[in-house]
Amino acid sequence: MTSLTINGRAVELDADSRTTLLDALREHLKLTGSKKGCDHGQCGACTVLLDGERVNACLVLFAGCEGQDVTTIEGLKEGDDIGAMQRAFVSHDAFQCGYCTPGQICSAVATLKEVERGDASAVTGGDQIELTRLEVQERMSGNLCRCGAYNNIVDAVMDAGGEPVDAEAGR
Amino acid sequence: MKPFQFIRPDSADTALDAISAENAKFMGGGTNLVDLMKLQVETPDSVVDIHRIDMGGFSETEESGLRIGADVTNTALANHPKVRKDYRVLSEALLSGATAQLRNRATTGGNFLQRTRCYYFMDTTRPCNKREPGSGCAALDGPSRIHAILGASDHCIATHPSDMAVAMAALDAQLHTRKPGGENRTIAATELHRLPGDTPNIETVLDSDELIESVTLPQPIGGTHIYRKVRDRSSYAFALVSAALVLKIHDGKIETVRLALGGVAHKPWRAAKAEKCLAGAEANDENFRAAAEAELADANSKGDQTFKIELTKRTIVAALSEAADRENAA
Repeated sequence: MTSLTINGRAVELDADSRTTLLDALREHLKLTGSKKGCDHGQCGACTVLLDGERVNACLVLFAGCEGQDVTTIEGLKEGDDIGAMQRAFVSHDAFQCGYCTPGQICSAVATLKEVERGDASAVTGGDQIELTRLEVQERMSGNLCRCGAYNNIVDAVMDAGGEPVDAEAGR
Repeated sequence: MKPFQFIRPDSADTALDAISAENAKFMGGGTNLVDLMKLQVETPDSVVDIHRIDMGGFSETEESGLRIGADVTNTALANHPKVRKDYRVLSEALLSGATAQLRNRATTGGNFLQRTRCYYFMDTTRPCNKREPGSGCAALDGPSRIHAILGASDHCIATHPSDMAVAMAALDAQLHTRKPGGENRTIAATELHRLPGDTPNIETVLDSDELIESVTLPQPIGGTHIYRKVRDRSSYAFALVSAALVLKIHDGKIETVRLALGGVAHKPWRAAKAEKCLAGAEANDENFRAAAEAELADANSKGDQTFKIELTKRTIVAALSEAADRENAA
């Protein structure tokens, strides 16, 4: 039996040791917002927040999540409304088919938190971190979008992060 | 995935008891192991998760510059203030690897022990001496642009995929391990991995029941730190070639140089020949190229990876030139 918190609710589930966090969410707990793309940690569609940090749920064994706190796309709503990052994705047309979107949004929420905390990325030069398009592109590179909505995704993340969106930048 | 027993010990002692069972594997972040279990490349009977073990995190000691618990995540290591300041090449190497999602899970010990991304190793329908000793090597006759140009054998031309381990090799890091019965030992990062020879299935000098508990970095040596990674796309890709470099120049002459290469061999490749050429030499392009030529003198390729020989030389020269410019500007 594994006990953990998912989207603020206490959950107990007895699952086979082979069950990943992604399969537990989708197949056992009916939280189908998190998507299975590659199932090998390459596409990011399964991105969720584990104890507040983004991870690929397809590579996390569920039995190892004892006592942890999971937030999925279903947990990012604000009251009865969608959350700020979700609104930014809608306003900037940051998706087409929508399959990668839950993972993109969880990853984007974590991106803003990491920047605010001062975590560096591969394109961070000095010690001061600014939310530039280049930073967003690098930090979101673990989330693939086969529709190619990347430019609008960067717009949405910049906007949600309080930065002006220059629609022609980086194109 | 093959069924397995999942064990979460709460101390190193109980973990070492658990690992003594037949066909048991330690698991750090699982970002590589779980993937390989899905592919049935790895088929352990039990998985020993190290997350509940207190491995001590970070500490600064007199004899070593920084001690790092083996369970410290790649994210935490890359962002540690002392690593950003004094071991910058390590931070840059870590941040150039994988994605934030993977770095949040991947551990310091696990990163050293990740397996090759050779396509044939990961495909159980193909022969592979590493996965199944004696079965042959499909890479020798197949597409092989990601494969080795240094230290390979007729049995295996796989490369080690880590960026972190390349920086650790350049920084003279040391690993501290423990075995059942309490036996401890220290292994230099440059001595951890083996060349393939005729036993490519044996990748490191570790015993199967040996636990990496911590990694230490020597006192900082200053200088300019650069991790230069050449790959097929600008983010989230393994290195075709990479160079971890620490360079210190005094009065136009090279005072200190530490250089290690990634993507070129079965292990992080400490470039001792290049270092020897460069020590005390004038910091100029001619000497940089001569050092690169010396290091790659024994390079060998019969396949698609031939282009990496010249690419590696140019990567070394580019890293040295950039570091020298920064040193001279300082």
